[in-house]
Amino acid sequence: MKLFTLNYKIICILLVQTCVINSFAQKDSSLVKRIPSDTSKLNMNLDAIYNRPFLQIGKMPVALGGYIEVNTDYSGTDGVNEGLSFQFRRLTMFMSSTITKKIKFLTELEFEDGTKEINIECAAIDFEFHPLLNLRGGIIMNPIGAFNQNHDGPKWEFIERPISATQMLPATWSNAGFGLHGKLYKSDWVLAYEAYLTNGFDENIISNTEGKTFLPATKLNRDRFEESFNGKAMFTGKVAIKKRKIGEIGFSYMGGVYNQYQLDGVILDKKRKVDVFAIDISTNILKTNTAITGEFAWVLVDLPDDYIQNFGNKQRGGYLDIVQPILKRKMFGWENAVLNLAFRTEYVDWNVGTFEATGDNIYESVFGIAPGISFRPSGQTVLRFNYRYQWQKDILGNPPARTAAIQFGISSYF
Amino acid sequence: MKKASFAITLLCLFVIALASCEKLLPPAPKDEEVLAGTIPGLTAEQEREHLVGDEAFGTIFSKEEGLGPIFVQTSCANCHIGNGKGHPSAELTRYAYVNGSTVDYLTTKGGPQLQQRAVIGYAPESLPSEANVFSKRIAPAVMGLGYIAALDDQSILNNADSSDANGDGISGRPNYVNPTDFFSPLAIHISSGGKYIGRFGKKAEKVAIQDQVVFALKQDIGITSDFDMQDLYNYQIGINTGDNVPDPEVSASFVNSLVFYMRTLKAPPRRNAEDADVLAGESIFNSIGCVSCHIPTFTTAITDISALSNQTFHPYSDFLLHDMGSALDDGYPEGSANGSEWRTPPLWGIGLAKDSQGGQLFLLHDGRAHSFEEAISFHGGEATSRRSAYYNLSPTEKDQLIKFLESL
Repeated sequence: MKLFTLNYKIICILLVQTCVINSFAQKDSSLVKRIPSDTSKLNMNLDAIYNRPFLQIGKMPVALGGYIEVNTDYSGTDGVNEGLSFQFRRLTMFMSSTITKKIKFLTELEFEDGTKEINIECAAIDFEFHPLLNLRGGIIMNPIGAFNQNHDGPKWEFIERPISATQMLPATWSNAGFGLHGKLYKSDWVLAYEAYLTNGFDENIISNTEGKTFLPATKLNRDRFEESFNGKAMFTGKVAIKKRKIGEIGFSYMGGVYNQYQLDGVILDKKRKVDVFAIDISTNILKTNTAITGEFAWVLVDLPDDYIQNFGNKQRGGYLDIVQPILKRKMFGWENAVLNLAFRTEYVDWNVGTFEATGDNIYESVFGIAPGISFRPSGQTVLRFNYRYQWQKDILGNPPARTAAIQFGISSYF
Repeated sequence: MKKASFAITLLCLFVIALASCEKLLPPAPKDEEVLAGTIPGLTAEQEREHLVGDEAFGTIFSKEEGLGPIFVQTSCANCHIGNGKGHPSAELTRYAYVNGSTVDYLTTKGGPQLQQRAVIGYAPESLPSEANVFSKRIAPAVMGLGYIAALDDQSILNNADSSDANGDGISGRPNYVNPTDFFSPLAIHISSGGKYIGRFGKKAEKVAIQDQVVFALKQDIGITSDFDMQDLYNYQIGINTGDNVPDPEVSASFVNSLVFYMRTLKAPPRRNAEDADVLAGESIFNSIGCVSCHIPTFTTAITDISALSNQTFHPYSDFLLHDMGSALDDGYPEGSANGSEWRTPPLWGIGLAKDSQGGQLFLLHDGRAHSFEEAISFHGGEATSRRSAYYNLSPTEKDQLIKFLESL
């Protein structure tokens, strides 16, 4: 009932906001000012939450924005055809505000699969003491890899989010906490860091209905915005460097204790840690205007002895996206429309290791490819057509289950 | 004009893509290459019920759903991957204290089965010091069980020859076991002093599929049902500890769905049955006497699922106990079976075992044999003469025999 009331209130607030914007827009479109994303600086993945298009109404201190994602899905596995479905993946709304000079606020509310899930993905205040020293507090998107922070649908040429980001890492993953971030500019170079202490993982990562080590299961813990599962903070840190005309590379770490090692002062178990390391790259080959984006992550989990083998204590996975514009001109009346060819390859191994009983490799892995075509009438809107094919092996490495999907989708900021 | 032709091109591409949708999806593997699928002749309603059971079979239990608190695996499908034979990584251990004719399954110490894993925050079970016999086992394939369940006891008894009256060296006998509290005898069952013939399990210790399902839910996953409400717990910690989920953790209908699923799984398919080498191998299989225990063909009785009634099937088993000699003697008695006695394992589907065991073979009750030849080498006791006959075959004949086994 409490949850229903909260959801109801959120929906009401958002509806009121939408009505206000629309009424202003109908009366006088000059009152609504579109704030484009800032391209004057060297933007990095960590800027993604602010680097979005916003609408500002008159002199209201709050700017609004958001995006939607909708697609068709025609898929099947090993001859079992799931048929055609229409999926309304998400409606995301964000609000930002410059409270005073050098104090900013941003929040992101997400409705997934209709209203099946309503999440505050981000709600943080930033205090800028110096470009190198910013304090952030609130619900923070943990900067592990690049996708978790830079996940807006309209930015991607693929309908599905990377498997490694959502099925190995828990994107999108946010927690209550505090931390620091900053950037150092030096001619064509920029160096950035982020360091946060937040609430962290819990025992769902090895006690879940997936039957494997599954970090995304931790998102089931709704209390993580209210209290830490075990009283131990999780650290997330990232260092990234970017050079104009070359690209960006980031190294990140996220880790902390995930188990309830004590209760009421009684020690129940040793402290068991989960450590995640990730590397991400993004670059654009100027000669061909080819965009390359990738991320690879490693997960290490300290498991109870009786869990090892069936549950992975090591995981790894990543993706690589290549996007090649093939046509860039005025099309159908849209200035600067772009037609892209895109290709993604991805891989996840949820259980890296060998069986004690046989010495053979433990599999539980997936490899996938996804060629696609996307059409961008503008930078903020994408129509995309993807074909996905993936091979998923069970824990023993038996002949893989083959799954394919043909998808058409739209995603756009508004 | 240019704009229109571009739009038309895009539209054409879209239509072509739509038209080829079906062809872009992965095709089904050939029916004879997989162990999934239903018996022929089911009604739409029965197919639907099979799918309900399929989902139950794949259900992964978590702590919140009653897993454990001590367990071996988190779902049925984790042991019976792809419905096929199990893998040593998911082996289970049964234990007991045996002293002469005294058998104690150590139920007050956590017996008869070891649960070597536990939900987080709880300790897994360890073997009690009193145990002196241990039986390690891997899961059997679950295909075609409906046919075996529909066999009448008399068909099994027809092949029994406990005193080896025919002098062929083979003395198969049925394993009469005490039925479970929830067992309801059918017309196919013949009682002997209140006991019934077991036909499922490595030592034919289970009379009905339901017995095995209820046992495995509890002993393998730690799940209570309407048929067995007493949860597992680690006796070294204390009675009734570690699980706060109300019992039963699954309903009778969940158990019944699992039973229906297994009853309606198709019989393992054959491949290359008409190949000359395979036919020659089959002939050798018969001539050297493998067929004395691995009986190819049976016919089911009348049962409630008409698609299973009066059906001829080919399990290559007699469902009787045989003394297999000292190499396979685990010392662990079940029902009237002693340590060296094992039910003749059905050979159907053995040619597809690799595809559920990670590309390798793990044969016999504990997966110790990595090839058909190695499995044959462990045949002792009553089967010694058959093993010797195999050794006396020429390399070509051995190869033909193996090809026949691979075709099953």
